[in-house]
Amino acid sequence: MDLYQELILEHYKRPVRAGLRDPFEAEVHHVNPTCGDEVTLRVHVTGTGDEAVVEDVSYDAMGCSISVASASILAEEITGESVAHARKTFEAMRSMLTSKGEDPGDEELIGDGVALSGVAKYPARVKCALLSWMAFTDALHQAEGANA
Amino acid sequence: MAAAPLSDEELARIRADFPILSRTVRGGHPLVYLDSGATSHKPRQVLDAERGFYERTNAAVHRGAHQLSEEGTDAYETARATIAAFIGARADEVVFTRNATEAINLVAYAFTNGAHGGGGGRGDRFTLGPGDEVLVTEMEHHANLIPWQEACRRTGATLRWVPVTPDGRLDLTDLDRLLTERTKVFAFTHVSNVLGTLNPVRELTERAHAVGALVVLDACQSVPHLPVAVDDLGVDFLAFSGHKMFGPLGIGVLWARPELLDEMPVFLTGGSMIETVTMEGSTYAPAPQKFEAGVPVAAQAVGLAAACDYLTALGLDRVHAHEQALTQRLLEGLAARPWVRVLGPDGLRERGGAVAFVVDGVHAHDVGQVLDDRGVAVRVGHHCAWPLHRALKAQASTRASFAAYSTSAEVDALLEALDRVPAMFGLEVAV
Repeated sequence: MDLYQELILEHYKRPVRAGLRDPFEAEVHHVNPTCGDEVTLRVHVTGTGDEAVVEDVSYDAMGCSISVASASILAEEITGESVAHARKTFEAMRSMLTSKGEDPGDEELIGDGVALSGVAKYPARVKCALLSWMAFTDALHQAEGANA
Repeated sequence: MAAAPLSDEELARIRADFPILSRTVRGGHPLVYLDSGATSHKPRQVLDAERGFYERTNAAVHRGAHQLSEEGTDAYETARATIAAFIGARADEVVFTRNATEAINLVAYAFTNGAHGGGGGRGDRFTLGPGDEVLVTEMEHHANLIPWQEACRRTGATLRWVPVTPDGRLDLTDLDRLLTERTKVFAFTHVSNVLGTLNPVRELTERAHAVGALVVLDACQSVPHLPVAVDDLGVDFLAFSGHKMFGPLGIGVLWARPELLDEMPVFLTGGSMIETVTMEGSTYAPAPQKFEAGVPVAAQAVGLAAACDYLTALGLDRVHAHEQALTQRLLEGLAARPWVRVLGPDGLRERGGAVAFVVDGVHAHDVGQVLDDRGVAVRVGHHCAWPLHRALKAQASTRASFAAYSTSAEVDALLEALDRVPAMFGLEVAV
């Protein structure tokens, strides 16, 4: 089964940058109503406009291996990046996950995220992989409002 | 004497009636379908009956005077009689809806409509307001919870619930405090869709009636799997769905005591359900027609009647005995795997054919995916019973559920596929 690559199981067992931390500008709580997966996610953003940087992404994720690994990969790939780069990474992840397998994923942009490419062939699991990324964009939007 | 389970020869004949059971999934694995609690498959007899209606009779029933309309109406009403007889009821006590969820909503909305002077009803039994209470249980499917939450919100009534014990039974310790003369409705499930728990319907109904409450029974997981007769149960309303009992999608059934249908205000309104209509106002047809607005689900009713005939020919007592044997095999197999925790009753006593379990450290979605990879189809998640999972301290679970066509070989296939889980997710277990 190409869904559970070793990298995903690594992130699931030892999630990167897990836990909720201060400081943060926005905290969101997203759920996947079909299975009850939940993620609470905080972002800490400094600067505004082109200078804005995601200083920290911290999270508490309860769910399946795919949703927890995806949150871990998000924190790994996004922390320390500019907000503009974070948005591009999100778009690349979303494109890959919703492509039904057509888009293998841009490793330059999404790094370990390519390990989740197998999810695209399992429509019931796409939501799991997207959960924390949707939460992140929501939190980012709120944080930018707070910083404006 | 207890009914005998189905023999291997009988089982082979039954399985040959279900075309889908011979297909393969996920790269050639034979389908091992253990998700009949979500929806059952349909035998040729049901598919033929529904197709036959469309091919020979198709008409908007209860309208028109042409021959097709006459024959269509006859087929629809004959189906109603068959389906009613299946639960030991009379034809005019059975209302067709789109699904069981709509059947329960029908009752919940009748109470709300009664509180607002809704038409088509008589008497004041169907009212809810501040000071009134609706009692449900913590093990309900969302379909028998949210309609009551909303009815209470609309009317100012208060929702109360019976908690569950750690082993997945109703905790009746405080029932006298929860079920009082303030209780207008007690709505609960016959068999838990998650745990398989079979609730003591007669006892609960007697206690509800003693305080004047009406009883609404969710029978979605009992009517397809064991003999159910409304007179034996004593309840006031009973809802079930067609698609979980070898019938088509798109039809549900509400049974009610006839005097209650007569007193109950209408829910959905429009064509078919009227007696006279003027621009100023309308009067309504007698039940069951007054609850069946719009063109009726005739082909689905004909298909469901064929499903009832099919189950009757098998014998519900034997279907139950068969599913009990499978449940026992699965419970024993799971008990031999200490890394698996079964939710709900651990024995066969007062139990139906659904088994939910968790593998601690591995999410149900992942368990289900590993099973699916071997062609084993189960339900994963909270199975539309989120509060029950919270009460049992499980975020989600994996559920296997049976039907008459399920086999012991399928139970074994599930257990074999399940054994891949610990190694795959790095659980340290003795296998």
